Amino acid sequence: MFKKNNLKGWLYLLPALMFIGVFMVYPLIDVLVYSFEEGYNFASQTYKGVGLYNYSYVLHDPYFLQAVKNTFILVIITVPLSTGIALLISLALNSIKKFKDLFQTIFFLPYVTNTLAVGLVFMILFKKTAYSEGLINLLLNSFGIASIDFIEGPYWAKMFVLCFYTIWIVLPFKILILTSALASVNKDYYNVARVDGTSKWRIFYKITLPMISPSLFYLIITGFIGAFKAYSDVVALFGTDLNSAGMNTIVGYVYDMLYGNSGGYPSFASAAALILFAIVMTITLINLLVSKENVHYQ
Amino acid sequence: MDKIRELERKSRMRNLGWSLLIFGLLILWSIIVLFPFYWMVLTSVKSYAAYNAEYIPQFFTLSPTLENYIQAFTAVPLARYFLNTVIFTVITTLIMMVVVVLSAFAFSRLEFKGKNLVFTLFLSLMMIPNELVIITNFVTITNAGLRNSFPGLILPSVTSIFYIYLLKENFEQIPDELYKAAKVDGTSDIKYLFKVMIPICRPTIVTVLILKVIECWNAYVWPRLITDDENYFLVSNGIQTIRESGFGRENIPAMMAAVVVISLPLIIIFLIFHKKIMEGVSRGGTKG
Amino acid sequence: MKIVLEHLTKQFISRHNKKEIVTAVNDFDFEIPDGKLIGLLGPSGCGKSTTLNLICGLEEPTSGRIYFDELDVTDLPPENRGVGMVFQNYALYPHLTVRQNIVFPLENLKGEQKLDRETMNNKALEAAKLVQIEELMERKPNEMSGGQQQRVAIARALVKQPGVLLLDEPLSNLDARLRLQTREQIRRIQKETGITTIFVTHDQEEAMSISDMIIVMKSGSLMQMGKPQEVYSKPVNLFVAKFLGTPAINVFDGYVRDHKVYIGDDAVGERNVPDQEVHVAIRPEGFIPDPEGYFCCDFDRIETTGRDTSIVCHNNKCTSDDDIRAIVESDTQINNKDGKIRFRLKDSKVHVFGKTDEKVL
Repeated sequence: MFKKNNLKGWLYLLPALMFIGVFMVYPLIDVLVYSFEEGYNFASQTYKGVGLYNYSYVLHDPYFLQAVKNTFILVIITVPLSTGIALLISLALNSIKKFKDLFQTIFFLPYVTNTLAVGLVFMILFKKTAYSEGLINLLLNSFGIASIDFIEGPYWAKMFVLCFYTIWIVLPFKILILTSALASVNKDYYNVARVDGTSKWRIFYKITLPMISPSLFYLIITGFIGAFKAYSDVVALFGTDLNSAGMNTIVGYVYDMLYGNSGGYPSFASAAALILFAIVMTITLINLLVSKENVHYQ
Repeated sequence: MDKIRELERKSRMRNLGWSLLIFGLLILWSIIVLFPFYWMVLTSVKSYAAYNAEYIPQFFTLSPTLENYIQAFTAVPLARYFLNTVIFTVITTLIMMVVVVLSAFAFSRLEFKGKNLVFTLFLSLMMIPNELVIITNFVTITNAGLRNSFPGLILPSVTSIFYIYLLKENFEQIPDELYKAAKVDGTSDIKYLFKVMIPICRPTIVTVLILKVIECWNAYVWPRLITDDENYFLVSNGIQTIRESGFGRENIPAMMAAVVVISLPLIIIFLIFHKKIMEGVSRGGTKG
Repeated sequence: MKIVLEHLTKQFISRHNKKEIVTAVNDFDFEIPDGKLIGLLGPSGCGKSTTLNLICGLEEPTSGRIYFDELDVTDLPPENRGVGMVFQNYALYPHLTVRQNIVFPLENLKGEQKLDRETMNNKALEAAKLVQIEELMERKPNEMSGGQQQRVAIARALVKQPGVLLLDEPLSNLDARLRLQTREQIRRIQKETGITTIFVTHDQEEAMSISDMIIVMKSGSLMQMGKPQEVYSKPVNLFVAKFLGTPAINVFDGYVRDHKVYIGDDAVGERNVPDQEVHVAIRPEGFIPDPEGYFCCDFDRIETTGRDTSIVCHNNKCTSDDDIRAIVESDTQINNKDGKIRFRLKDSKVHVFGKTDEKVL
């Protein structure tokens, strides 16, 4: 083979190493340091001592606890629901020939839209104002249900809109992945199962599901991670002052601690971000353990 | 011919109930997906007065108007947000492309000490969520006095380990023989990269480009942290500002006009390249 | 179980051109006898697999009926026909072990047919023993060779004791050596079970070597059926003659004058037919070198491959893609003068076909 040319290799890597060093590796160490520096002052960049106070503060902050609660509810509702709906739609898509491309293209549209912008449309559809009940409320009225203010009203109503919008946003990706996973299952498996007299349900449960389980599992893992990091869709619906709306998420809490009216506390932000990281890691590990039993890689 | 048609139709009819159910589901979801888009376009062409007079929102309008679009561009600096986003997107994507291609080339083609170690390090960094590093980056950029500036917006967004990984895998599929042949002909590495590898891997490179453009166009969190001067707002921040302080009064049709304007570029790109984008995303994209 | 096809036709509208009709199976009207191994033979895309799919019920015929013995199965779904099928890529479920794969069809049984676990396992073991894979029961398909996977697929098809076994290109995914072994296995399994077995192949040698009977198809139509040797030695048309046999049959432009068949100026045989243009096809083993012979060619070279010696020559009347090949005894004395070589021909190896309809004369 060719002679090793050490210098040249590193030269090609230099730009990436620089950027990654400054904006990823250093911050990673720094965030740990921040999270243990007590009473850090952003202006003077001094701190009083080292310890776990930041963690303790964050864990006792009612806003943080609210954010954790909101995030968990969002995750628990949207991950299974969006994966299930995506599977249903993908199965439907895969069973048709005509218009398949058209439907696929339509379903993918939300992926390329600006979360903030379309969130505004959702807000208008769900909002109840002085001069209009809002379209969704009129729809509800026609079923004999009283109007609800989904944007500034009761907690569960706000949570409903949030989950609905989150599912709307994440579904394109899931549909895309599952449709291509389903399409890549060899048709002969279904033919041989039919000749053997396998029922539709059994084909789905015993053949289709195991065959697409790697994709499904990938979606569940990324779905969990993504949902735990929910933020822009929440802002889109409820504005930037999420604490007063009672709809903050963990990521929102981190940013609020860092910046804005309530900001200037990078230590608290760091502690909260690390707690989030710990939660996500734990969930991912649990996922991996569960998948060992249930996912069939070929 | 007719008989065959007949038979084919018959076998379709046998599953009619099933088909109806399937198409029903698909059409229902299509409506849920498309309706917000329809509503935003519709609202954007209703006049302010007409919109506010509708207690029950109308599903169409007989007197479309463009006044909201004029308002969107005059009452708020929408054109400025737009331009900022274009500048941000183009420069970020270009720099990232250079950085990513060079390192993918180094990882896939060059032999040097410590290569595997660095690559493993890179891979393990892929698991680190953005939220963790953004705090320090915010402090770094603030201390460097780069708040409200393009360098401040762009610099932390120009590396993506994931795209390095994606491209490296693709580069590695190019047979060794091509490289050896080029070396025998006396082709330099950089020439080989640009004349052979990049053209061969064009599909992947285009995929990465498109994904990065989408990501940049929709960027919200970092620009929000790092800019508070309207002159440096990107469209996402712009739309949030419009939402919160609006057009002096709550002018929903004008807001929707702004939403249409900022959504349009990506939707157009998507409609042109939908095959390519969907293929690219299924190979290596996640939202956010 | 014997299979009767009665005017069976399958047509569909072309996917590329909506105005075009593709006839995959054209008016098949014949009987496949009970307990035989049948090779369904033809070039790719001639409708072999469609025929198989019609018999097992994965596709519906456009017209015609299918009977298993006396029972009309045309409208029965695949699961009620009692057929076993093996696909070209075996279609073994990759996430299940060999045992689970073989048991799978048994687990589908419902109602009175339902079996208990022990019976199922016994039946699976029985099927596995038949194909000699009983020591691999706990493996996953990707831990086995192609030939082993093939046998698992056969065991799975046999476990329900079907009346008919269908094999779609069973050997095409195997390497040459394994192919020889496996086709003997198929032969043995078929003989042991006595199940009427149809296997599809595009490889004429494969079909000829193990079938009791072969069916030759071309673009949806039946060309000829019969015992392999019979079809080989008495092809009904030029297509069958060209399709069977390696090296391929040599084809020449010829004509008939006064009941004599000529290639160029050489009379090579006799046919009691009116004067006309014809195709003359001569099997490679039909040439006997003879300095006094009546058929003259331009000599090229001699090739010896293993036990075969072949004379390669050419002739301006030859219409085959390759040169003329004559397989001769290795100790034959070959005289060629001025680059010419002369042959006598074995009469039974010379076939004469009409110019336009290509049917045997």
